[in-house]
Amino acid sequence: MLNISGIAASAGIAIAKAFRLEHPDYTVTQQTVKNAEAEIAKLDDALAKSQVELERIKERTLQELGAQKAEIFESHLLILNDPELISPVKDMIVNDQVNADYALNETSKQFVTMFENMKSVYLQERAADMKDVTKRILGHLLGLNVQNPAEISEEVIVIAEDLTPSDTAQLNRKYVKGFTTNIGGRTSHSAIMARSLEIPAVVGTKNVLEQVQPGDLVIVDGLEGQIIVNPSDEVVAEYRDKQVKYDEQRAEWRKLRAEKTLSTDGVHVELAANIGTPNDVAGVLDNGGEGVGLYRTEFLYMGRDKLPSEDVQYNAYKTVLEKMEGKPVVVRTLDIGGDKELPYLDLPKEMNPFLGFRAIRLCLDRQDIFRTQLRALLRASVHGDLRIMFPMIATLVEFREAKALLEEERANLKSEGIAVADQIQLGIMVEIPSTAVLADQFAKEVDFFSIGTNDLIQYTMAADRMNERVSYLYQPYNPSILRLVDMVIKAAHKEGKWAGMCGEMAGDSVAIPLLLGLGLDEFSMSATSILPARSQISKLSRADMQELAAKALECATAEEVVALVEAIQA
Amino acid sequence: MEKTFRIVDEDGIHARPATALVNTANKFKSTESFAEANGKRVTLKSILGVLSLGLEKGSTLTLITQGEEEAAALQALEDVMVGEGLGEVNA
Repeated sequence: MLNISGIAASAGIAIAKAFRLEHPDYTVTQQTVKNAEAEIAKLDDALAKSQVELERIKERTLQELGAQKAEIFESHLLILNDPELISPVKDMIVNDQVNADYALNETSKQFVTMFENMKSVYLQERAADMKDVTKRILGHLLGLNVQNPAEISEEVIVIAEDLTPSDTAQLNRKYVKGFTTNIGGRTSHSAIMARSLEIPAVVGTKNVLEQVQPGDLVIVDGLEGQIIVNPSDEVVAEYRDKQVKYDEQRAEWRKLRAEKTLSTDGVHVELAANIGTPNDVAGVLDNGGEGVGLYRTEFLYMGRDKLPSEDVQYNAYKTVLEKMEGKPVVVRTLDIGGDKELPYLDLPKEMNPFLGFRAIRLCLDRQDIFRTQLRALLRASVHGDLRIMFPMIATLVEFREAKALLEEERANLKSEGIAVADQIQLGIMVEIPSTAVLADQFAKEVDFFSIGTNDLIQYTMAADRMNERVSYLYQPYNPSILRLVDMVIKAAHKEGKWAGMCGEMAGDSVAIPLLLGLGLDEFSMSATSILPARSQISKLSRADMQELAAKALECATAEEVVALVEAIQA
Repeated sequence: MEKTFRIVDEDGIHARPATALVNTANKFKSTESFAEANGKRVTLKSILGVLSLGLEKGSTLTLITQGEEEAAALQALEDVMVGEGLGEVNA
């Protein structure tokens, strides 16, 4: 038995016989060729065959994995026809009187070197695409018998130096139970493909290909990043057990993807996701998110040297709304200042950044910044169910001022003839205790609340969450916090409004029973927490949780609350 | 004709948007299109050329079109740049 460690690239456990996917010898040697025309004809023939192959792989990927995964082969097709690649190869054949495979290999090497020397890790990885395309053409030029992973016909674990995008696309899910490679990382193509195919994978093992012989029994532990070669019967049994448990859990979660979130007594709550960029939407949908409960717009403003234009913002908001296909999207207006700095705003350093000039306070002062964002949001509102939320609201006057600016910009856009949705829900983050305490008054004017627990806890406990020495005071289950949450939810419901939560607490398995009992309507969390949360709620009765929550509100300490919840989960 | 953009996409220019730019440039047969950045000029009809510019977030990129349909080509390329959330016109 042999253990090899690598990088866990795709979750799950697979146990099967090893299949070594080895590529033939692509070595080329320089030869003098007098008949350049014949050599160019050979090249054109190889290019044509490669083109047919790539079209087929692209088509297959499109059907099995969708348009996004097929895009890589669109790029490969462009490389195949790229004048910057093909012209130099043909010139070299003619001018240097060399064979086509040699000319291609030499030219390709220059591009590989170029990519490998790029600053961006992403562009460095494009070297793999260049090599992949080159090998495909070379295979035809050299008349090699290239092993085709599509032809595997028994259950195997594929062992390889690396898997090219085209290798991975051809893996037949029915037979390929898992794979492991010598090189690669979590963001390499093979890893990304493995996750979409849901094939367990461990990459970057450095030497698995050297250590495994054809037919060896191999366990791929894509949860821990471990490979076990020729395990004992005991170990196999242990992993079969782990595999069954994981598969059961995942199957149970996956079944819930398209389901509503319902408690055992039929109460529906909405499970939404927190996102930072339009790219995050794919993960929200894949995990069955019923909406976006918090779109942090700060990322649009960070890592640049001037404010993002209205158009740049509009495009980002529109993209998110369109991708969410009518599901609600709560966008939080700019929450910057204090600890989150924007160098180009040139704000003075503060002694107490968390209590300082930030978020709505900054936006009401710097109206130029705020109005641009509001205009972009209003313009995007016609593309879906947009809801706008103001952060760090401490007084009703702040909310009224922010709302007045929004209405002014709405009127401006209308007079410019630009369409704006008629109904846009307008809400606030509840993260300052004053607002939680006065929630009954706020509820008359806002359309919804979203409780930001991370800040609400630090402000209520007067404990800086960046300071480790007071981290014991970060107590989401403290009855004081639960009472504030309770007040906010009750105040919302009294006015027929909804209350959500977008802090860490919303996805926490100890807090979920309590929040369900308190009547929270919307839980917004990281996308990967959604299915486990939905599974948890589907086993809880709202009526029972109401009793639990009522008891928790009468507790004296956070520890007592946790003990209550643990007692019902045991 | 030419127009200058600032790359705003978090990830610079990736294979996907580069593919979209090259496909768009290829639609205008009578027009030559180029991309220029960091003092280097490449044809927009080559994906390797575009990727070789190594564009990152914050980089400045000038797109140049020459030929019969230069105005339409430049507009189409701008639509890709802005539509893909890749870049914004550098005012």
